[in-house]
This record gives sequence, structure tokens and C-alpha cells, in this order.
Amino acid sequence: MSLKFKQEVQSARILSVGAYRPPRVVPNSEIIGRIDSTDEWIQQRTGIVSRHIAAADESLIDMAEKSALIAIKRAGLTVQDIDAVIFATISYPYQAPSAATELLVRLGNVKAAAFDLSAACAGFCYGVALANDLVRNKTATNVLVMGAEKLSDFTDPDDRATAFIFADGAGAVVIGPSKDIGIGPTIWGASAETREAIVLEPSFLEFKKNPGNPDIGWPNIIQQGQTVFRWAVYEIAPIALRALEAAGLTPETLEVFIPHQANDRIIESLVKSMKLPESVVVAHDIRTSGNTSSASIPLAMDALLTEKPELHGKSALLVGFGAGLVYAGQVVELPSKPSSDQ
Amino acid sequence: MALSVDEVLAGIKEIVVEVAGIDAGIIAMDKKFTDDLDVDSLSMVEVVVAAEEKFGVKIPDEEVTKMATVGDAVNFIVANGK
Repeated sequence: MSLKFKQEVQSARILSVGAYRPPRVVPNSEIIGRIDSTDEWIQQRTGIVSRHIAAADESLIDMAEKSALIAIKRAGLTVQDIDAVIFATISYPYQAPSAATELLVRLGNVKAAAFDLSAACAGFCYGVALANDLVRNKTATNVLVMGAEKLSDFTDPDDRATAFIFADGAGAVVIGPSKDIGIGPTIWGASAETREAIVLEPSFLEFKKNPGNPDIGWPNIIQQGQTVFRWAVYEIAPIALRALEAAGLTPETLEVFIPHQANDRIIESLVKSMKLPESVVVAHDIRTSGNTSSASIPLAMDALLTEKPELHGKSALLVGFGAGLVYAGQVVELPSKPSSDQ
Repeated sequence: MALSVDEVLAGIKEIVVEVAGIDAGIIAMDKKFTDDLDVDSLSMVEVVVAAEEKFGVKIPDEEVTKMATVGDAVNFIVANGK
């Protein structure tokens, strides 16, 4: 049989972005004592000078709610206009129900479609890809894509490889209908043969079965730095270039590059590997925000647009990559300057 | 034709100069990447990837962690190169 309905498609774009950084700024000097390191060493390896860490009683959803409200207001919408929420995170401390539905309750809009997305540091770009398709096919009208993490809950402050990298924050965009194409094709996939390179271990089950065992404690992020660095630079640069090409752009015509803020050395190496000219504005939010996984791209986008308002409406290449290992990249038109900010 | 030690050492020197921005004169077989040549763990990845391209050899991550000196890298490439 064939279904009898008229298939309609429309274009989509990012209508707005909103960000929330916890007020507490933690400089390297507060971290080095427990890992026998120095401020200089951390800056040289990662570019990180300071990061924001949430208060003990400030939850993932507290942060997500604040960034969502900013994004919705800047889009010129109300919370009731949002009909789908995609919540990318790896640090919501419940298996069920989802972070997305807790956010709905907070926003006072309990009827929207809502689900969580587990693609770690690629989660935001996965979410943009899905939201674009939902709007294009008219499955949804205005989709809130949330990237939020409270990684301080899952980071071992004594781990010399990770204690200084991971941080907290939330960033959101609203993706809605557009006259012109505002989101390019997504290039995505996985390198799952290397899935052990970044893990959150032990599992909850192992933790439950071994009470009191100091070797099997609370799950924290463990990562193999060299393996991740190699993959992030040399496998991701060609992916990012494919996303650029798929959108009909070249390194010379691109205006802004917002990669996942994993490590400033990775960002510098990506720029070099992709041969991006100096005319491309590159996000380096990592320096004052640390690595906030799924939140890093919207946080960096918001920081760039705040610092350089002339970038509103410009083309930006986004690329997320992380635990899985998974990746996704796409070119987007940055949101227009919100009338609520003028 | 197999690669010679001198040939590989010359190539590694070029790469380390490019990655670490140091003088080629101080690079020798017995020098330690981290302590003597200012090549940290992440710069080491850049050296390894450049060496793979230059010599057409695959250097797995577990081998990279064992390469403390320039000589370790040169000998691995000579032994595993075409």
C-alpha cells in the first residue's frame, strides 16, 4: 500500500543560542595541589587557564534551564512554542526518566516531545542534525537542542590526566523554520573500534556489586590522551573538511570555525591540518571554560557572538567528537542578532 | 630498499625541528624526546604521524608510549619500514 498524504519539506536554521556558566571560576592554581602539577604545565598541554564549576547544590537541570530560557527568549518565542527537546548529555545522574523531561517540567511545558541523546562531545552536533531533519520534515516546528554537563560529578580530582580538563556548563539553541537553508548536510559516524579510549567507569552494576572496594569506586571519566589526540586531529580534520564541502564552502569562504572545545592543542592542530586561512575566526572558549563535552560548542558559539556581534548570521563550521568514539560536523548559519538584545 | 639508520635519523630531525621548533644540532640518537627536546606527549603524536607519512610505516599507540629516545623511534622505523 502507499500512504496518502502530501509530503512537505521546509528549511531550518538556528534561531538563537543561549548559554549558562556557573559563577564559580576555578583557576589552575586550585587544581594543581592534588595532581602535583603546575599552572604552566596545564596551560601548555591544554590551553586551559580557568574553568567554571557548578556549586554542589547546582544541578545539571538548573544550568540547562537557565540556558534554555535565554535561547527561547532570544528566538522571540515562549516556552510553549517549543514542541521538541533534544537533550545531549553524559552527566545526568538518572538512567530514567530523561533529563529532557525534567527540563520540560522546569520550563512549564510538559507536552513537548523530549528525549536524551548520548553521543558525548559529539552530542550537540548530533542534536543539530536531528533537529534539522525534524523541522525540515515538519515533525516539529521549534526544537530546543540542549548541550549540558556537570562533569565535575564524574571527574576524579586526583587523576593527573583529566582533573584539569573537564568542567561544567550548559548551552542551548532553538532550531526552527527558515526561508533559506541555514543548516548544511551533517557528516557523522563512529570509530567504535577505539571505544575504550574515553570511558566512564566502572559501570553502575560493578559499583553496586563491590561495596566498599576502593578500587571500584564512583564512575569517573578515564581517557587515553595520546590516542584521543591522534584521532581528534588526524581523523577529524578530513571529516570537518567533508562537512565544509558538503555545504558548498571551502576553507577560504568559511567565516567561523567552532570545533568541540576538547583541548586548545587539538583545536590548533585541526586548524593547521585543515589549512584554514587566518580570515576564519576560530573559537577558543576552552581557555576559560575547560572541556564541557556536549555543552562546549553552544557555549563557544555564545561567547563568540557576545565578543564579536558582527559574526551574527555568518557561516560557521561545527564539529563535535568524543567518547564512542563518535563524531558529527555540519556548517550552520549563526543566528541573527536577537531583537531582545538590542 | 630498506631504510638506513642515517636516513631515518635525518628525517626525524626534520620533523622534530618542525614540531618543537628547536635547533637540529641538538637532536641525536640518545636524546630523550620529553627531557631533552621539549617534545611532550601530544607533540610526540605529531612527530609520530609525520614520521608515518614520511616513511610509510604504521606506528601503533602502544609503541609510541615506549619511544623515550630519538634512537627508539629511529630503530622502530628501520625495523618496521619497507
